[in-house]
Amino acid sequence: MGKRARQMRRREFLIGSASVPAFLLLGFQLPTSTRGSEPIPSAARDTFMPNAWLRITADNQITILAEKPELGQGSWTYSAMMVAEELEVDPLIIHIEQAPTITSIYKGLRTGGSGGVASSFALLRKVGAQAREMLRSAASAQWGVPKTDCAARNGTIVHVPTNRTLSYGELAGAASRLPMGDGEQIPLKRPQDFRMIGRPIPRVDLRSKVTGSARFGIDIRVPSMLYAVIARCPYFGGRLVGFDASVAKVMPGVRAVFPISPLPRRFNTAGGVVVVAESTWAAMQARKALILEWGKGTGTRESAQTLHRDALKAANAPAMFVAVNRGDAPSAIGAADRIFSASYESPFQAHATMEPMNTTVHVRDKAIEVWSPTQFADEIQREISELSGYSVDKVIVHMTFSGGSFGRRYQWDYAAEAWQVAKELRQPVQLVWTREDDMQRDFYRPYNYQRMSAGLDAAGGLTAWHTRVVTTPIAGTNLYTDYVESPEELKNPATIAALEWYGADVGPYSVPNCRVDYAPIDSVVPRSWWRSVSQSYTVFGRECFVDELAHSTGRDPLEFRLRLLAQDDAQARRLRVALQLAADKADWHKPLRAGHGRGIACRSGGAVSAQVVEVEVQPDGRVRVARVVAAIDCGIAVNPDGVRAMTEGAINFALTAVLLGEITIKHGRVEQSNFHEYRVLRLNEAPEIEVHIVPSLEEPAGVGELGAMLIGPAVANAIFAATNVRVRRLPIDRNLLKSLPD
Amino acid sequence: MTHFSLSVNAREIGVDTDPQTPLLWVLRDALGLTGTKYGCGMGLCGACTVHLDGVAIRSCLMAIAQVGSKTITTIEGLSADASHPVQRAWMMEVVPQCGYCQSGQIMQAASLLAQTPHPTDEQINAAMSGNICRCGTYQRIRRAIQRASAENRG
Repeated sequence: MGKRARQMRRREFLIGSASVPAFLLLGFQLPTSTRGSEPIPSAARDTFMPNAWLRITADNQITILAEKPELGQGSWTYSAMMVAEELEVDPLIIHIEQAPTITSIYKGLRTGGSGGVASSFALLRKVGAQAREMLRSAASAQWGVPKTDCAARNGTIVHVPTNRTLSYGELAGAASRLPMGDGEQIPLKRPQDFRMIGRPIPRVDLRSKVTGSARFGIDIRVPSMLYAVIARCPYFGGRLVGFDASVAKVMPGVRAVFPISPLPRRFNTAGGVVVVAESTWAAMQARKALILEWGKGTGTRESAQTLHRDALKAANAPAMFVAVNRGDAPSAIGAADRIFSASYESPFQAHATMEPMNTTVHVRDKAIEVWSPTQFADEIQREISELSGYSVDKVIVHMTFSGGSFGRRYQWDYAAEAWQVAKELRQPVQLVWTREDDMQRDFYRPYNYQRMSAGLDAAGGLTAWHTRVVTTPIAGTNLYTDYVESPEELKNPATIAALEWYGADVGPYSVPNCRVDYAPIDSVVPRSWWRSVSQSYTVFGRECFVDELAHSTGRDPLEFRLRLLAQDDAQARRLRVALQLAADKADWHKPLRAGHGRGIACRSGGAVSAQVVEVEVQPDGRVRVARVVAAIDCGIAVNPDGVRAMTEGAINFALTAVLLGEITIKHGRVEQSNFHEYRVLRLNEAPEIEVHIVPSLEEPAGVGELGAMLIGPAVANAIFAATNVRVRRLPIDRNLLKSLPD
Repeated sequence: MTHFSLSVNAREIGVDTDPQTPLLWVLRDALGLTGTKYGCGMGLCGACTVHLDGVAIRSCLMAIAQVGSKTITTIEGLSADASHPVQRAWMMEVVPQCGYCQSGQIMQAASLLAQTPHPTDEQINAAMSGNICRCGTYQRIRRAIQRASAENRG
């Protein structure tokens, strides 16, 4: 695979395109417990392990070793469904364990970019099918009957002519002694024959999550474990100058106080002073008693104002990278009958997962054991291996449940810090971030600014489109080890721009001339993926600007979009269907009361979706999102209730960034510290959300991000419909919308 | 260090700790009851909600010395087998995603329904808006409360 192909692969994986290439999956051997070079846990006698992902024991316990972590997105549930479909069992009886970090076997110990469903679909059905075929063979041998008479049904093999049955547990011992079949040769069901996939089921982790028994990273309790917090420099780029721990050290329960160094680029940790104690509370209290002196570093000139000023400059500077260049957009705009332009801006955003960052580490002489709520176990394993000098196979990472992630747990900084702490102690230690630590030392969604220009002909046809994207690029702070070949690659403009502009292309709207180009600005603030990555702002700019063009030319925003999608290709067709469905379900043409308005937005890129939002703008400028109607075409909706849940959740997650929250920088540090300053959406502000799924037999595509990228433009467009005021900066400033003075 | 005798989930338990320690950390670190979650430490998010004599409180703000003889119920003690009407409704509506906030949400909802068996939408808003869910399960939370409330009627 060439370098370019590899970069494309990573980009697609990260950015959430549905097209995770088949070659990742099809060439896959299904390694086994007996043939793999490394042991897989608990392959006891009479345990049937047809491959590394599935275990069936004599007591009919069926266990999947799941590669994808469960962060709330339902990965364990869809994994169970995919295996169960071919294995012919009820998915809800399947027990799930997180697969161990044996990366020679388990290549997918990570999840991101809404890629989990698509990347698991072929593998996990094969896992089930291979087991089913071996169980059929075992029954056929045991009964001395042709295999063709042995059918798999609901956890048993049935001898069809006689109705005799053997449970999978009864066959486990015999099946485990059979030669392995070739997983590649077993035909999989056609989608129209699915009996489980495509039907809504409850989550497999439901019960543990209503009884408090679900164990998150912060709930790990290892014998003789200690607790740690770190006092970090609040100034990005600053450093510890000195500290006095004389009071903290003698406080009750305190075991140790020591400084740690910042870890350089790629870890991007702050360093600071560690307090280790016998309880989390004791550690937090002792941290308050530290006397700390910080050097502020070079970032103190940075503020929201300097970022905005730099962005305006970059918007007019030569592009660093031209990402899309169809036709000649600048000339076509210059020659157009009517020219429109507008700028859109949105700030840094925190992830603010409900479970703050934490990791538990035990450093022993021969191995390091890590328990981490992460999206990315294999990276943590590699990074701690590199830091510690222990070989990769001696770093064991247990991925726990995560209390939300939204992209945050694609970073490994907190796990690296936990290792720094644990190596000084030689006993297990849990590093806990307080909410304040979490909010002030996140890897934030990049600050971004977009300048859009468009040209229309005399008949009102859209002939040219130009978007200049300006951001504080993610590649400027942190990327994981195998994203690029070398650190040098991070200076490549294409690499830098790739994570920033995606979603800005005007296509599949049919516009003959389109240019998207990119210019970066500097910042000391760490940046990273945030649910829907660059599409969280590029789709905002694109869908608002399309709306502006529709209104400016006196056309209905729905009709305007449908006309731009009139061509006969699959993406355009799917978008038209989604737009029409959302509009119909939301009564698009039905008049609304004064102060109310409807807005629409759509996106295709893997899965396809449209949203119609109804807002009410109150006289004091407050915006109430009353109703959201989402139509979604994600190919096969593996668990339709999961698709609905992800869409509802993505909308509510992003509404925080649309209506309420922002991270601002002053003198090089984050101004917000907790939920009173970073306001997030609460129940009384949450809209009624309807999700309509377009029936499809296409390959499934991820949906975790789609809802998030559409709610911003749909709300802004609805506000315009209600008030004639254009919102071009998020979160919405209600002062722009006041119809009455305070 | 002071000795405290606590009633937690109908069991009498003794703990030696600093009187200022919040109940949250006594539950989590001393008693191993990790179903009650830390989210903000300032009473802003509701993840740490437990019952004190049946009423929802934020355990991150309640010093252990303030508990006195009141009985404490955590998510682990709400029912032995997920059979509390609120837990059942939560499962029927498939509320949780990541699940981290849900112990607090359920304890808050159970307290609401104990005091107001048939809450209006406004009463649900008032009772539940102190509990943050970043996964955005809010409309399912509302429906689950309505479902449990309807069960009260039946």
